[in-house]
Amino acid sequence: MSIWERLGKIDRRIIFLIIGIVVLIPIIFGLKMSVQISPAVQSAYNAINDLKPGSAVMISIDYDAASMPELQPMLIAILRHCFDKNLKVILIDFWPLGLPIGTQGLEQVAKEYKKKYGIDYVNLGYRPGDIAVMLRMGLEIRNVFYGDISGTPLDSLPMMDNIHNYDDIAVVVGLEAGSMGDYWVQYVNARFKQKLILGVTAVMAANAYPYVQSGQIEGLIGGLKGAAEYERLVHHPGFAHVGMASQSWAHVAIVIFIILGNIGFFVERRKGKRL
Amino acid sequence: MMVLLLLSMSFEAMDTPNDGGQSITIIGRDIPTDVKKILVFRRTEKDTVYKQVGFFSLLSMKYTDNDSIKDGEKYFYRLGVVFPESTFYYNITKPAVSTAQWFNRTRAAVLMYLILFSALVLLFIQLAKRNPEGLFIRKIPALDAIDEAIGRSTELGKPTFFVHGLMGITDAGTLAAITLLRRVAKKIAEYDTPLLVTNFDPIVMTASQETVKQAYTEAGRPDAYNEKNIIYLTYEQFGYTAGVDGLMAREKPGAIFLQGYFFAESLILAETGHAVGAIQIAGTTATVQLPFFVAACDYVLIGEELLAASSYIGREPVMLGSVKGSDWGKAVLIFIIGAYVTLGTIAGILMSTGRHTLMHIFEKLVSVF
Amino acid sequence: MKKKTIPLAITFLTGVIIVVTFFIPHPPFGRLQEDALVWYSVIFGFTMLLGVDSLVRFHATKLRRREKGSWFSTIFFLGLLLSFVTGLISELRFGDAFKVQSSFMYFYNYVLIPLQSTMFALLAFFIASASYRAFRARNLEATLLLITAVIVMLGRVPAGYMLWHKLPPITSWILNVLQLGPMRGIMIGIALGTVAMSLRLILGIERTYLS
Repeated sequence: MSIWERLGKIDRRIIFLIIGIVVLIPIIFGLKMSVQISPAVQSAYNAINDLKPGSAVMISIDYDAASMPELQPMLIAILRHCFDKNLKVILIDFWPLGLPIGTQGLEQVAKEYKKKYGIDYVNLGYRPGDIAVMLRMGLEIRNVFYGDISGTPLDSLPMMDNIHNYDDIAVVVGLEAGSMGDYWVQYVNARFKQKLILGVTAVMAANAYPYVQSGQIEGLIGGLKGAAEYERLVHHPGFAHVGMASQSWAHVAIVIFIILGNIGFFVERRKGKRL
Repeated sequence: MMVLLLLSMSFEAMDTPNDGGQSITIIGRDIPTDVKKILVFRRTEKDTVYKQVGFFSLLSMKYTDNDSIKDGEKYFYRLGVVFPESTFYYNITKPAVSTAQWFNRTRAAVLMYLILFSALVLLFIQLAKRNPEGLFIRKIPALDAIDEAIGRSTELGKPTFFVHGLMGITDAGTLAAITLLRRVAKKIAEYDTPLLVTNFDPIVMTASQETVKQAYTEAGRPDAYNEKNIIYLTYEQFGYTAGVDGLMAREKPGAIFLQGYFFAESLILAETGHAVGAIQIAGTTATVQLPFFVAACDYVLIGEELLAASSYIGREPVMLGSVKGSDWGKAVLIFIIGAYVTLGTIAGILMSTGRHTLMHIFEKLVSVF
Repeated sequence: MKKKTIPLAITFLTGVIIVVTFFIPHPPFGRLQEDALVWYSVIFGFTMLLGVDSLVRFHATKLRRREKGSWFSTIFFLGLLLSFVTGLISELRFGDAFKVQSSFMYFYNYVLIPLQSTMFALLAFFIASASYRAFRARNLEATLLLITAVIVMLGRVPAGYMLWHKLPPITSWILNVLQLGPMRGIMIGIALGTVAMSLRLILGIERTYLS
């Protein structure tokens, strides 16, 4: 077998090793890469940026540790944006294993901006029921979330005084690793005309673009790149920017492997024809 | 200036439309931007004093009152409009009465299409009963390959895996997968090949157990059925993936069926299956996972092909008729979309030349939906 | 006959009622859909017990028979016990198992999160090997797939912009225009297929789930 033919039969372990190296090096050396802002992310940013101070933003944590690398940077960037604009933040959760991650992110950023619990932000915690919860919040949030994550009645939290249902919420931000994003659009946007922004994993972004184009969502933040774009818009480059370097190198490596594979394929096919 | 602002502002209280009653909506128009908040007060016909019931939303420009509202009773509203320097009270003179509606008019178009679609399905079911041979369904290679996959597994003396997706029994894809499992289990019972069914959801597990048991009984091999081969792994996505991968690596199946709704784990499962050398038939309604299955599996059922699997395999006229009916329903929808797009495009072109009539007609037609 | 008649009747009645409630807001129909979803959540909670029972029995049998790989079953019991005990202790001690200083959160942060992240990270490796294997220019369609994949892969990362500044706009066009139509078509098809399947289930034409 010639070296050209071997290019079409590279052992997958070598591929794994190369990918591992190209992903690790930028992280170890802290290399960062800047990103260009895409229209979908710019729309998402504008939807929050155009809100008046004091408006309420509901953020739904619909992911867990597996999707944390892509979606947690989005959460942090959005929270920074909200607290910069003095918006009120309400955190809810539909994935029980995502609640601690969302809570950690919220507390971390709130501490940075010296925001007060109950006045500037509240954490309502997790409720099972997905669609039923979404529909019931359309009438009255207290129908589902009687108290916050610690059990404190919502009526005793100053921030929740005038917040009863979607009419009082300026925008809902869904950070999605599963199918909850579709439910937000199908039930909450369709029935209550609630403005939505979706932050999704890169794989799911293709599924969500129709919603942007039809105007069912205000904006879309897709994958680690979307998170990096949002970090750039809020002028606070973080983990997503470091991840961009790794992702860039990995994508280039995969393209090189694809090219090598095709070279090997064509050489083998030509050899087969000659025979 | 203030008087002008107050005069331009208006509020209207009405029964909340298309609802189940016990709700009144107040809508505001031309509310000045410097209003700090608007308090909502309410009294009934018998009351003499207004009582505060809530705050008007300056975001959505409306207030929905469903606090102890009784249908049929008249309610009078007063709004306290709070400016930075002063507060003005606005009385809505006309009382509002809440009633429950029997039909949600915003869903009229959905109902019309549902009736049309159901009629087509039922029509083709009747046609199929009268002329079973007359129905053509195109070949679906992935379903034709089921026997080949199980046969290969039997020849190699290896087990067959059936991996359910991550949704529950309410998902159409999961139900279709259970239908497919019955067919696979029946064939496996005939060939006497080991079968292992992994489940993400406990309810799906119980349904799978019953399905496989029935399939073995139909094949005349009830003794070969082993309930312990239909297992629930975990309700955690990557725990399930790790469990299935581990089973694949240890048992080295000859054929793997990945059927249902999958998320990010689809490629991990498919690549592991490829690595152990199994023939893989995947089927999912998760559009974003299809590329991964196409890249890593031998055969893929794309979206509706999975949902039509039971009809295709069983070849019962009634089932085939329903597939044809839904295809015609789709054709009608394509026609409606095409007609609207063409009309809208022509209306847009004419509008640019100053002719607006067709655009008005088009907008009226669009408002039907 | 009776064994299937009653479940079919229940399926028909509940199916029709839920469809009707979508169009009729008047009580008692209007709230039925939400109530049904709540009932489903409650039933689902109980079925989790079924799942745990199935798992425990499966692994206990493996351990008792000392089958090959039964030490994995030991790890299963260890994990089950550990998460249950730490969760209980944390809940009793702190009032909330998810308090940062609790042992349950320690288990969550230093065992569960790394394990979940590791599994998800496998995707990066598998996608590389799958791409290398699958993207071969065997025919015209495969070549188009290959070219599109390369453009999108490079256009979605900063390296693509560095290579050619027009790559991100082309990628954006592919995602927002080229793939949007087919994606919508597949979604509509799946939705209609689901309606057709639901109709078959409600009318009792499709009965395989009943066994």
